[in-house]
Order: sequence, then structure tokens, then C-alpha cells
Amino acid sequence: MHVEQISIFIENKFGRLAEVTRILGDAGVNIRTLSLADTSDFGILRLIVNDTEKARTVLKERGFTVSKTEVVAVEIPDRPGGLADILQVLDADGINVEYMYAFVERCGENAVMIFRFDETQKAITTLTSKNFNVLPGNRLYSM
Amino acid sequence: MFFNEEFETLPREALEALQLKRLKAMVARVEKSVPFYKEALAKAGVTADSIQSLKDLQRLPFTYKQDMRDSYPYNLFAVPMEDIVRIHASSGTTGKPTVVGYTKKDIETWSELMARSFMAAGVHKGDIIHNSYGYGLFTGGLGAHYGAERLGASVIPMSGGNTKKQIMIMQDFGSTVLTCTPSYSLFMAEAAKEEGIDFRDLKLRVGIFGAEPWSEEMRRDIEEKLNLSAVDIYGLSEIMGPGVAIECCQAKKGLHIWEDHFIPEIINPETCEVLPEGQMGELVITTITKEGIPLIRYRTRDITSITYEPCVCGRTHARIARMSGRSDDMLIIRGVNVFPSQIEAILMGVEGVEPHYVLIVERKDNLDTLEVQVEVGENLFSDEIKHLQALSAKIEKQIKEMLGVTCRVRLVEPKSITRSEGKAKRVIDNRNKA
Repeated sequence: MHVEQISIFIENKFGRLAEVTRILGDAGVNIRTLSLADTSDFGILRLIVNDTEKARTVLKERGFTVSKTEVVAVEIPDRPGGLADILQVLDADGINVEYMYAFVERCGENAVMIFRFDETQKAITTLTSKNFNVLPGNRLYSM
Repeated sequence: MFFNEEFETLPREALEALQLKRLKAMVARVEKSVPFYKEALAKAGVTADSIQSLKDLQRLPFTYKQDMRDSYPYNLFAVPMEDIVRIHASSGTTGKPTVVGYTKKDIETWSELMARSFMAAGVHKGDIIHNSYGYGLFTGGLGAHYGAERLGASVIPMSGGNTKKQIMIMQDFGSTVLTCTPSYSLFMAEAAKEEGIDFRDLKLRVGIFGAEPWSEEMRRDIEEKLNLSAVDIYGLSEIMGPGVAIECCQAKKGLHIWEDHFIPEIINPETCEVLPEGQMGELVITTITKEGIPLIRYRTRDITSITYEPCVCGRTHARIARMSGRSDDMLIIRGVNVFPSQIEAILMGVEGVEPHYVLIVERKDNLDTLEVQVEVGENLFSDEIKHLQALSAKIEKQIKEMLGVTCRVRLVEPKSITRSEGKAKRVIDNRNKA
């Protein structure tokens, strides 16, 4: 039920982000969603794309440091308190959110959030048992 | 004002006669007592008896830092261990430091030369000397300490660090003289300012700064911010410690090197030929009175020039110019000797670190800063910021613990550090750029 995400190490230098997206674009890889975490020295670009393996290969060929991580995509009712409800469920089970970001597309009436947990499998079990809809990767890549 | 007027103002001719006599005696001693020199002198075809004039010094072999390392710890000592009363050491490059031993007489000589240096700088009995050079294996703290006592001044053995306390003591104890690295003096002035204390309100009159290269601009800055007369002192543990040479407060133009104990030469570091007065080259020192470790033509690697012109202060001893750099790759960062190889060893000890790094040294607000750039390869990379930050913090901590230098680790992309086909350029030193 997990989703594959790739992370890229990017120095805080002019034009680096543009270069990454250009490399992916030229390779015909479509970015489904992304988040950028940064410090004054470097940033970590996290991407969910339609073709993870291809994205990894082309970026590594161009000398970037790339890693693959498992994240979880969850549908959340698009209403006040929707996100709070899910975080409460996770908190009750002692599951730590390392980071999270929003998926750009909506899924019907719901928003989609991407989570990185310290314990991915446990989080999926908890969420499904509480009737949250965890989206499979294939669905997301082609959404 | 002289500490030892007779010797400090000895006419050139008498000074050179004394040097020759002492040189011959020293060579005779090491021929007998140090196997390393016995062999080196034999190879060079020189005996003590064959030394007829100071010109003959040029026939003597050089001594390199490596020779001292190869003799670790005691093989260059010229007296039995029972006559050694003190041991100091400089930081080692690959773990092994350079060890020096002092006899009771060596400590007395050193104390006198430090006392002479204090006097030349304008310090006298009755002064309260705030000594912020580090105590320990490093020669700075104890060297200045013994010199201050020999002079008969009051010495406050502060050692380095704990800046707030340093400032409080200076205020409360009425320190009149400050001894530390030039960069630390400015650091203290800044820290005091943050506490609302103006250094110009303190009683400091003289500052004796050394152990790292500094500039005339920095002197002006220090003199302005600390309201004192700042002089440059030079020394190195292999030769003695601080007090090998000092600027006089009258001229502040070049450092008098105590020629009745050391014979200086300036050589071309490539060709090894002795250079004439005024030309820049590597300083080579022969110790002519030392008992513990006498050194023949020690290659200091420090770049300077020498002048024998008479000085307004009346001292007849030659003056060397401010050190303008080193002929090897050693970095002096806030008074601490750092070799790139030491940092390399620490980096390579961190799992996943690639052998590509570069050290960038800058001077910001008069303090040296060191940035260590480390490439982040797949083995180091994490998709979480906190892991990468923990990694930089870990490396910074190890460098601080092992070398005593604060640095900033900057993680960079693979291949962003220029590769070289020959000797890798590991250091970018931007301190001396105008």
C-alpha cells in the first residue's frame, strides 16, 4: 500500500532546482507532486513521479545523489478538522510523522496527504483499521 | 628599557664572536650525544673543529620537522632523561606530536628570553599580566608565565577559553598586559561589548600577540578596540616556545631575534641557498645554547625576511619581518596548527564519507573561520534534514574534540569539489587576499 518517493540532494545554488526538473522533463518523467525541505546550505527535493526508476536513473547519470523512500498516501476529508482527525489517530498509536506534504490533486471529495512515518507498515495498519483510505502507488502515479 | 642590557645591545662583532664560540660548542656536544647528528654531520663532512667562521654554518645539514617525528619521542634529546625537567609537544599531523625536552638551564634561558621580550614590548615589574595563552603541552601558556615571573611582574594564569570570566578578571584584577592570539583579543573585545563593557575602560596598556599570522591592519584594529600597544611575538616549540623573537615597542618594525641564543638564516626553500638581507624566504634557525634538544639549521617553514639595520630601540639583534605564510600546507587557525591530513583522517573515519573534501579558511570580523566541505554521496544521504544535520554536527564535534578547532561542515553535491590530477587542492585560504 506504500508509495515510492525519490529524494534528491540539492545544494542551495542558483539554478539547481531548475536543472533537476529539466532533466526529468527531457526524460519524459512527469512529476505528480513534490516537496522541498531546505536549510541554508542544502535542500532535499522529494518527488512522486509517474516513473520512479527512470527518474532515478537519469538523475544519477547526471551526478545527483538520489535515494528511494517509502511513503504513505492517505485520503483525508476536505473539511475543517480533517487533518487533525488523522493526526490524532496516529498520535494515539504512538506513530511519529517524520514529514508530510499535500498531493496536488484531489481525489473526489477528499484531499490527499503524503506522509513519511518512522514505522511505515504500522502506520498503514493503524490507518486502515480506522477506515482511512490509504492509496496505492499505482493509483497516485497515474492520477 | 632592557632586561639584560649587556647582551641585548652587544656590538655586532662581539655578538658574532659569541655565536661562533657557542655554535662550535653546540656542534661538539651533539656530535657526541645525538646519533642522528653524529651521522648527519659525518655525512656532511663537518666536525666542530672544522668550523672556523659563521660562514661555515652553511656547510651544516638541515633538520626537518620530519626528523623530529622520526625521532619520536626522545631520540633527538642530547642529555639523559634525568636532566630533562619539562616536556612540551606540538600537535602531531598523523597522530604523533613533535616532542621537545628542556633542561633546568633551558627553562632558565627561555624564561630570560621571554622576560627580555616582555621588556622589549614595554612591560615591566609591577605590571599585571593576564596570560590567555593555553597552558599544557602547547608552549604558549607556560612560556609566557615563566617569563612574566622572571621579570617580576604579577601573572594571572588564565589559559584560553571561558571568555566571560576572562573579561571579569581583567576588569576586577586590573590587568595591564594581555597575552593571547591576536584573533582572540578581538574576540574578547567583541564579547565584552555585548556585555556592555568597553575594553577601552580597562587598564590594559600592552598586548603581546602571537601564535598566528596577523597583519598591520589587524594591529590597528586591536590597538583601537582594546586601547593598548600591540606587539607581535614569534616562537615555535621546536626551537623553544614563545619569545624566540619579539617586536620592540619603540619601532614595531620587525621582530628582534635573540641572536646570542639562535642563529637565523633565510633560505630559498626550493634551492636551499642562503638569501641576502631583505629577501623573503624560509626562516632557518640554529639553536646554540639549548641543552635538551639542540637543533642545527631547523627548517621552520615560516616565510619572512631579515634585516641587520640598527634599530631605534638600541637592541643590536637582527629583526625578522612578520611571518607572511608557510612553505608547507600547515594552516594556523586561531593559533592552532591544523594539517589538512588531520581533517582528512577524521572525515575518513565517518562511515560513508567520500574522500573528496575541501577546507576553506576565511577571516571574518578578524576571526579565522574554517569551513569543511564534504560531498554527500548515496551512502551518506537521507531524505530527512535532521539526519544530514546530525551528520554535519557529528563531524564538527569530532574536529573540535580532536584538533581543538571550531569549524563549520557544509554538505555539498557529489563532484562539486574540483578534482585534480596531481596533488589535490585541499585548502582554499582566503585570509591574505586583499
